[in-house]
Amino acid sequence: MTAGPMPRRVALFASCAADLAMAPAATGAKRLLEALGVEVDVPAGQSCCGQVALNSGHREPAATLARHWLDTFAGYEAVVSPSGSCVSTVHHGYPRLAAEESVGSSRMAERVAATAPRTYELTQFLATWGADLALELPARVGWHDSCHMLRMLGEKQSPRTVLGRVRGLTLHELENAESCCGFGGTFATKFPELSCAMGDAKLGAAAAADLDYLVSADPGCLLHLGGRSRAGGPEVPVIHVAELLSRALDHARGQDGHGETLVERSTA
Amino acid sequence: MSPRSSALAGAERVGTDRERPEYASTHIPPHRRPLPLMVADAVHRPETETTRARLSLRTREWDIGRWPGARAEQRERAAYLRRRTLADLEGNLARLTENIEANGGVVHRAKDAAEALAAIERIVTRRQAQLAVKSKSMVSEEIHLNDHLTGLGVEVVETDLGEYIVQIADERPAHIVAPAVHLSRTDVGRRFSAIAGRDLGDDPDDLAAFAREQLREDFRNADVGISGVNFAVAETGTLALVTNEGNADMVTSQPPVHIAVMTLEKVVQEFADLETLLPILSKAGANQEITVYQTLVNGPRREGETDGPEELHVVILDGGRSDIVGTRYEEALACIRCGACQTACPVFGAVGGGHAYGNVYGGPIGAVITPLLSDRPEDRDLPYLSSLCGACGDACPVKIPLPDMLVDLRADYQEETASPATRAAWRAWARTWASRAGFAATIAGARASAVLPERVLRRLPMAGGWARGRSMPSTKDAGQMRRRRRDGGRR
Repeated sequence: MTAGPMPRRVALFASCAADLAMAPAATGAKRLLEALGVEVDVPAGQSCCGQVALNSGHREPAATLARHWLDTFAGYEAVVSPSGSCVSTVHHGYPRLAAEESVGSSRMAERVAATAPRTYELTQFLATWGADLALELPARVGWHDSCHMLRMLGEKQSPRTVLGRVRGLTLHELENAESCCGFGGTFATKFPELSCAMGDAKLGAAAAADLDYLVSADPGCLLHLGGRSRAGGPEVPVIHVAELLSRALDHARGQDGHGETLVERSTA
Repeated sequence: MSPRSSALAGAERVGTDRERPEYASTHIPPHRRPLPLMVADAVHRPETETTRARLSLRTREWDIGRWPGARAEQRERAAYLRRRTLADLEGNLARLTENIEANGGVVHRAKDAAEALAAIERIVTRRQAQLAVKSKSMVSEEIHLNDHLTGLGVEVVETDLGEYIVQIADERPAHIVAPAVHLSRTDVGRRFSAIAGRDLGDDPDDLAAFAREQLREDFRNADVGISGVNFAVAETGTLALVTNEGNADMVTSQPPVHIAVMTLEKVVQEFADLETLLPILSKAGANQEITVYQTLVNGPRREGETDGPEELHVVILDGGRSDIVGTRYEEALACIRCGACQTACPVFGAVGGGHAYGNVYGGPIGAVITPLLSDRPEDRDLPYLSSLCGACGDACPVKIPLPDMLVDLRADYQEETASPATRAAWRAWARTWASRAGFAATIAGARASAVLPERVLRRLPMAGGWARGRSMPSTKDAGQMRRRRRDGGRR
């Protein structure tokens, strides 16, 4: 990623999963960006990137939502999302949809080409422009590389860079960090036993590592893992990285909330 | 008159040794159970977790999916070579045929399984064959060759150790290059002990030695040797086979007749292509720099040679592949059948190997090619048996975009099967969520439903399979980020 100057105004794309069922991922992301001095817009028209339709084999509704997403976000200097998976859809899924004769168009392809490079997963943004954010949290955590963020977006380092900046935090690398947790969108409901068995393998390794939290950048994975953990799977507290970092922000400011938002911000 | 197989003597005692699931049988029924039911069964079988752990350890230890330095270049080269051959598939096949025939072999082109079986039947009937030894061949699984030959009164013995282990219990291979990956050495010990009629223990060396001893006589006595083909070189007519046990050497050189069975995409353009493709197949399939044996077959025995078959027949099966050429799935024909995508696939592991895919090819490559090749309509939903994690794409040594293909095949499936009601529902959902008011209503609904107790939520239709094994997420804070907005947004 080329690190130009930090965008001053960004749109937050929460993802439908965080918007509907994981509010702290969305509000946490907003707080973190604001702590950097970024003006954060939360476009009210946002909903879903369309991945669930795309991966279920329904291209037309996927394209409807992709166009809506582009209408909502294309005008911004940058778009930031606490969902690595949704960002990978914008980067990888949208160009493929746009190239599909039945539902795409060259106009759509151009809009995707213009917007995708400015669309960041939250930790990518923080890794690039958030070096001076004061973060502190005494915790031992493990990282779950969500498959789409890792393999489709090709992002492994940014979350580790950001977590590495949190004072007092220890990142324990799980041996199965890169294994799929079994969420897989509608896969989770089509093959629940299989999905849960995969989740248990992931949670089992985390439970054995004696973590305070299993952290990830994807609401989908976390809803699945958390739901499984609470319903008889290995017991592991799971948390979205935006919520964890938001807590780290509070902790660094002191319990009374009067600490510094930012230490010196460098001129990038 | 040939004696009966020594290796299979006593195999009937293995049959009841282990309760194998019906979907693992070599006999693939004309219809199968719905995929989710078969998968749920497979997940809960006691041996599944061991298989999953075995494959997952292998993936880590072999560093599957990583292509450091020179390996990345080799992979690029392999990907290029396979596509170069496919770009002129018919031209390469014509040259291959010409050169095999120049070497003294006979080529049989077969449009489908029936034609391939008929060609093989003619040869074994003419030779009055009673015993055939076989080295590994997935194509022969695809055309159900063993069944057909057995029906003709020919005994067929699998000589690849893994294939032999699954054959004696009437199972399909569970993995392309590791047919018995779903079995522990204890399982193998039990099977071999049943054959031997005495306890053989579970030491791998002892068990391999037993198999070798069992097979030795069959190599000597077989009327026909049947092999697969890893690569067939158009330039020279060479058939390249790789094994770690040397059984392909035996199968292709000892019996008086050698029948090699291949599908048409196994052709490679130049002999020099093997320099890249053999090592990358070895690495991806077995984590070896090179397999223990590379067998290069350049025709039947020539005058003055001391061994080799009198006849060499090469059966080249199309089996629906030429229909894939020129489509968006053409690259699937670049596959070199290394099985790396299966080893790396977390779903493949969690269902205990390839059997639960219900057909010959399991795992990601199976979920891609089976819907394209199979006549069974039930197989069309196999692309859904994937979490789309992408590990297969990273593992593939010839860079087949398997995850994208799985997504596209799902679209094909919906195109063909989705009811008007299903389509309308998806469209209505997309239109609702593509409008600000529509999504606001969804948020309001989510918040309102959050007051319902979990036992009620679990019964709502949208809970679907989620509630089987997972507690429901809380939606009480739905839309929270929208509340304290400082400006109205630009749209």
